[in-house]
Amino acid sequence: MTYTIRLNVNGKEHTVEVPSRRLLIDCLRYDLGLTGTKEGCSVGVCGACTVLMDGKPISSCLALALFADGKEIVTVEGLAREDRLDRVQQAFIDYGGFQCGICTPGMVVTAKALLDENPDPSVDEIKEWMMGNLCRCTGYYKVIESIQGAARRKRQAGDSDEGL
Amino acid sequence: MKSFTNVNPKDPQEAAALLKKAIEKGQTASLAGGGSDLLGMIKDDLVGPDVVVNLKGLSALREIESHSQGVRIGGLVTLEELSQHPLIRSQYTVLAEAAGTVATPQIRNVGTVAGNICQRPWCWYFRQGFPCFKHGGDRCYSVVGQNQLHAIFGGGPSFIVHPSDTAPALMALEARFRIVGPHGERVVPASEFFILPREDVSRENVLEPDEVLVEIELPPAVQNGRSTYVKIMDREAWTHAVLSVAMALEINDGVCRKARVVLGAVAPIPWRLPNVERILVGQRITADLAGDAGRAAVSRAQPLAKNGYKIPLTEALVRRTLLSLAG
Ligand SMILES: Cc1cc2nc3c(=O)[nH]c(=O)nc-3n(C[C@H](O)[C@H](O)[C@H](O)COP(=O)(O)OP(=O)(O)OC[C@H]3O[C@@H](n4cnc5c(N)ncnc54)[C@H](O)[C@@H]3O)c2cc1C
Ligand code: FES
Ligand code: FES
Repeated sequence: MTYTIRLNVNGKEHTVEVPSRRLLIDCLRYDLGLTGTKEGCSVGVCGACTVLMDGKPISSCLALALFADGKEIVTVEGLAREDRLDRVQQAFIDYGGFQCGICTPGMVVTAKALLDENPDPSVDEIKEWMMGNLCRCTGYYKVIESIQGAARRKRQAGDSDEGL
Repeated sequence: MKSFTNVNPKDPQEAAALLKKAIEKGQTASLAGGGSDLLGMIKDDLVGPDVVVNLKGLSALREIESHSQGVRIGGLVTLEELSQHPLIRSQYTVLAEAAGTVATPQIRNVGTVAGNICQRPWCWYFRQGFPCFKHGGDRCYSVVGQNQLHAIFGGGPSFIVHPSDTAPALMALEARFRIVGPHGERVVPASEFFILPREDVSRENVLEPDEVLVEIELPPAVQNGRSTYVKIMDREAWTHAVLSVAMALEINDGVCRKARVVLGAVAPIPWRLPNVERILVGQRITADLAGDAGRAAVSRAQPLAKNGYKIPLTEALVRRTLLSLAG
């Protein structure tokens, strides 16, 4: 069976025809060409495939595209504005928050959701929030520093800030 | 992954009717809440539903509502919502803590409480598709196989452990489950909801294939009540319990008036320990009494070849949790 779903991805409305069994990650990568979201484990344990659904991090490998009907999705492609990176992305570069990079799209969107909710997270709060995102390269310290760095810059920018 | 028909009922009655209709046509049907368990099973070809009855549209089941007789929790409330809810955190702490220990934030954001209670076993033989009792086969491979994570109580003929973190908490809180079927509604206490393999090896609870768990009712919070959930895992995140305890005590003037102690991940159902509860009631909780309680907790355990470590672990967990909760 195929179904027509409507979803908003990174601020853009899409109408997509999907088979019932289409996973959200495959819909994003193959139907919409948004290959920024990566698939690691496919079973919900690594967080590489994390996207935001209505603002909340979810594993897109364990969701049907059908589940996203009528929802707002943010993927890593949705963070930068034109050629300016989002602050979280920039901080991951500046603080060395990645090496091979496979976990990074998931890390970045998960961290973005954290800072939207909590602009000044403690290290423990960062660890708790990021618990579902695995990294085999960095040893996590640099990831935590990146998120702290992004939070610091965000606070310094204050209200005038456009989120970038 | 096989193709299926997706249907979106608008209320639980319609969901039950859709399940019934599919079954009558000789089709297999599955309910989907958040889908975090079901999709894994479908992807691995462990189930192949012809029809998926998708509960996502039932917004009436997304509420947590407090009233004079207690609290009603809709079956589609997510684990994240449950773990963050102020009333649940303060008055029904064991449930908020249990929900907060499940898997990862990504899974808690979609996983529903009904799906958590009704998730299928995570025994590695079952999840690898071995033709065991749970798949309609004629044996439990853990008996002579790798049984490190299997049951030390209530096992046989299958030795799975019940995987849910919220289930022991709900049992400790004396929750009741409201169930809707094609012919109406019934309410089943948590203590009668889960069933042992010796009663029916094919399922873990009393739900018929055309029934929907719609709501959880919690009794009014007790004055001087306190409760907690402690989970032991192989690692800190995204994993089921190796062992857990849900404990709810009522303590007046230093004396324990009522106790509910339920173990998780040691039996095919959440495993209540009435003998431990009896030791506690009417007593002050001292180190000696906690020691007695810990020993009583494991007095009837029957380990398999490789899960004997759960016995001292259970004994210590019950003793320590009791002391920290009473202290
Ligand atoms: C990596 C990983 C780690 C996990 N770790 C844990 C853990 O630590 N602790 C834990 O408890 N669980 C864990 N789980 C299991 C489980 O996925 C989640 O607990 C989640 O709560 C399931 O909810 P859901 O709504 O996504 O369920 P679904 O996948 O939608 O449903 C699960 C099962 O329940 C049935 N069902 C769903 N809703 C209803 C209903 N209303 N009435 C009747 N039947 C229904 C479905 O048909 C299905 O068989 C883990 C899962 C994964 C993938
Ligand atoms: S790919 Fe989805 S969690 Fe690993
Ligand atoms: S940078 Fe390689 S897995 Fe994280």
